[in-house]
Amino acid sequence: MSIDILMPALSPTMEEGTLAKWHVKVGDTVKAGDVIAEIETDKATMEVEAVDEGVVEAILVEAGTENVKVNAPIAKLAGEGESPAPPPAKVAPAAEAPKAAAPASAAPAQTAGETAAPAKPAPAAAPTGDRVFASPLARRLASAANLDLKSIPGTGPHGRVVKADVEAAQKGGAPRAAAASPAAAASAPAAAEPRKVQSLEQQGIPAGSYDLVPLDGMRKTIARRLTDSFRDVPHFPLVIDLEIDALLAARAKINHLLEGQGVKVSVNDIIIKAAAVALKRVPEANASYTPEGIALHKHADIAVAVAIDGGLITPIVRAAETKGLAQISAEVKDLAARAKSKKLKPEEFQGGTFSVSNLGMFGIKQFASIINEPQGAIMSVGAGEQRPVVKDGQLAVATVMTVTLTCDHRVVDGAIGAKFLAAFKPLIEEPLTLIV
Amino acid sequence: MSTEFDVVVIGAGPGGYVAAIRASQLGLKTAIIERENLGGICLNWGCIPTKALLKSGEIYEQLSHLGGYGLSVEKASFDFGKIIERSRGVAKQMSSGIAFLMKKHKIEVVEGEAKLEKGSPSPKVVVALKAGGSRTIQAKTVILASGARARDIPAIGAVSDGDKIWTYRDALAPKAMPKSLVVIGSGAIGIEFASFYRALGAEVTVVEAVDRIMPVEDAEVSKAAQKAFEKRGITFRIGAKVTKVEKTKDGVAVSVEVGGKAETLIAEKCIVAVGIAPNTEGLDAIGLNLDRGHVITGKHGETNVPGLYAIGDAAGPPWLAHKASHEGIHAAEHIAGFKTPHVNSPIPGCTYANPQVASVGLTEAAAKAAGVDVKAGRFPFRVNGKAVAAGETEGFVKTVFDGKTGALIGAHMIGHEVTEMIQGFVTAITLEATEEDLHGIVYAHPTMSEAMHEAALDAYGRVLHI
Repeated sequence: MSIDILMPALSPTMEEGTLAKWHVKVGDTVKAGDVIAEIETDKATMEVEAVDEGVVEAILVEAGTENVKVNAPIAKLAGEGESPAPPPAKVAPAAEAPKAAAPASAAPAQTAGETAAPAKPAPAAAPTGDRVFASPLARRLASAANLDLKSIPGTGPHGRVVKADVEAAQKGGAPRAAAASPAAAASAPAAAEPRKVQSLEQQGIPAGSYDLVPLDGMRKTIARRLTDSFRDVPHFPLVIDLEIDALLAARAKINHLLEGQGVKVSVNDIIIKAAAVALKRVPEANASYTPEGIALHKHADIAVAVAIDGGLITPIVRAAETKGLAQISAEVKDLAARAKSKKLKPEEFQGGTFSVSNLGMFGIKQFASIINEPQGAIMSVGAGEQRPVVKDGQLAVATVMTVTLTCDHRVVDGAIGAKFLAAFKPLIEEPLTLIV
Repeated sequence: MSTEFDVVVIGAGPGGYVAAIRASQLGLKTAIIERENLGGICLNWGCIPTKALLKSGEIYEQLSHLGGYGLSVEKASFDFGKIIERSRGVAKQMSSGIAFLMKKHKIEVVEGEAKLEKGSPSPKVVVALKAGGSRTIQAKTVILASGARARDIPAIGAVSDGDKIWTYRDALAPKAMPKSLVVIGSGAIGIEFASFYRALGAEVTVVEAVDRIMPVEDAEVSKAAQKAFEKRGITFRIGAKVTKVEKTKDGVAVSVEVGGKAETLIAEKCIVAVGIAPNTEGLDAIGLNLDRGHVITGKHGETNVPGLYAIGDAAGPPWLAHKASHEGIHAAEHIAGFKTPHVNSPIPGCTYANPQVASVGLTEAAAKAAGVDVKAGRFPFRVNGKAVAAGETEGFVKTVFDGKTGALIGAHMIGHEVTEMIQGFVTAITLEATEEDLHGIVYAHPTMSEAMHEAALDAYGRVLHI
């Protein structure tokens, strides 16, 4: 790798200066201690000495440039026998921030010309941050291989990522794109399928014997995200039966009493509320795995799976632990209605901390959902039905609902999941406690 | 031992002199050794003077088609001596330009013939000076850019004598216009001379051993080229084996075998254009690794001998000036410790016959043989507005894409001035363009280059004007 020569600080308070003069040119060989440039501030002029040995590969800041930020790369030095340079950070005066790596600047600013929060969903290649220089073919190959361009060192001119780099990264196993950021993953155009599948014809299903529905963006996203999750997240189910007679009675009473106000609470609304309260009581279960550490979320943002034409979407009831049932009920109705007409805004379905999926209305007894990354767990709610139960050694009949919690073992161990369900169970079975 | 120069370049052809300039730009003290003319074969006996001849031929040919443009001349004629004289003048002008460039870049020019001996840190260069005497130079690094020369085939008598049996060199400056010619070999050199002499009225027969002319080109281009040349009166013997080249009292008799049938072609002169032989004799004495005469080099031109680089024709095919220059720059930068970024440029090839042929990258057949899922597109100039207006409707543009990735991997053209158009595709391939880029790029109207757009569109079933 070549070495960046950085704009030096002539004093502890210096933030920028003028690069007055170069003493070297591209191709010159320098030794440590050679004077390579002169820097001016309003207070002083100083000589810059090389600290490394090598050949000047590029001069990044022209002589006479004012307002060069401290720690911005001003030239590149190629060491002997080293591979070509990484992508250079081009330096312009003041407007652009120093490279993120610069130790002095704690919070690297955004590059000039790019806004921090693009209004549109960001393109897959560069969701945020610095532009990645890559050839059109390299972009396409990286996208097909689901590789993050930013993680691929470019060996082309000015550190451009070229085809050969992507191919090398594929062999070397560079970090895969997406998944790290939920927003990027959800809004990213679908990448290619994660594995090669044989055609139906190759598998003995003749062409013409079926209708082919083209993959739309939602289907591709579902395919990619859930395949990634099921393959990459170590998941396991915890199953529990809950008696809901008291809950059904409470719900009937609430709906009866508040009928005049137009409130009609569903069982699912109560489950959302109970899950949120339980998550607050067992915060370890309201968590996300990241390579840097386990993120413990401060609020229980409950994503609710809603089946819509052509797929499903998970709108979010934010900070559900702080909301009353009437409000949760109203929000879910609104979100579900807008989900079905595909009018949700990205922020309304991206970034929940826990999911609830309910197939009870279809008579499904129990099922285990696939983790909705980066959430630590997802709750699958089956149908409430009358079942024989044993109470005090006697056979009795109760309305029972089976709930399955699929946990990401990287953050929610069995004991944490069990602790969460132990907190959840009384909230459902004695819904009065939800008020507390 | 102390060294006089950082770099000594042997040979001042388009590889050597460009390497010397680049080395000098990078601050290296540089000398260049040339035994004949600055600019090498390219400027003096190749690329440049042939283009001068071909231009004369093209204009003369055009004079006989003036009626179509509503023009007429009394009686077109030519002075062969003046055509040759102009070509030599162009070569001389270009060569003296190189002398100026060497001076400007403070490169010492040593006139003489170099030999390499064992030395350290690089081989010792012993020059038999043109002016007499010899000079021994020890440099830090030597770049061998000794080039190549026409290949003879003594076994069948195809050995140039400068009179009846010619190499490209003889064909560039003959004393008189030949009435008839047999050209052995239908590569770029053979085809260009065939085209030039035919334009001036010679009876020309081209003999090619392979089953199609211009064998390095795409098969569709070969076919179209043969048709175009035949229309102009050139005859071909393809799949023909030359068994004997004999001098007769009046000229030459070239015996060929086509499909088992023997035939003798009689002509005034014969041009042998069957490839080249590298100028690398005696280099095994310093332990240099050669492969059939060509120096074996690494990706920066470095050889197995410490301090010795090799570039251009001496280092293997394709034998093209621009390939030599590219390697020369790369080697000079490597010597200077300069990290040349990864620019993976394909090497275009051009033939300046009438019509011209230009290509870059893989042919359709080569791509298929390499297992590529090929998407190919074509567009003829006969429906291109500019071509119709100019009366230059011969030929077409063909594109070859990798169907899986959308990368452009080859482009092939035949037609008027296509050698000036191919660069668009060279740039596209080098920058790793995909079909989306080539479809989206704006092509000026009206230009023949619009056919490039159409050929790229056609590969994806989107052609507009057919």
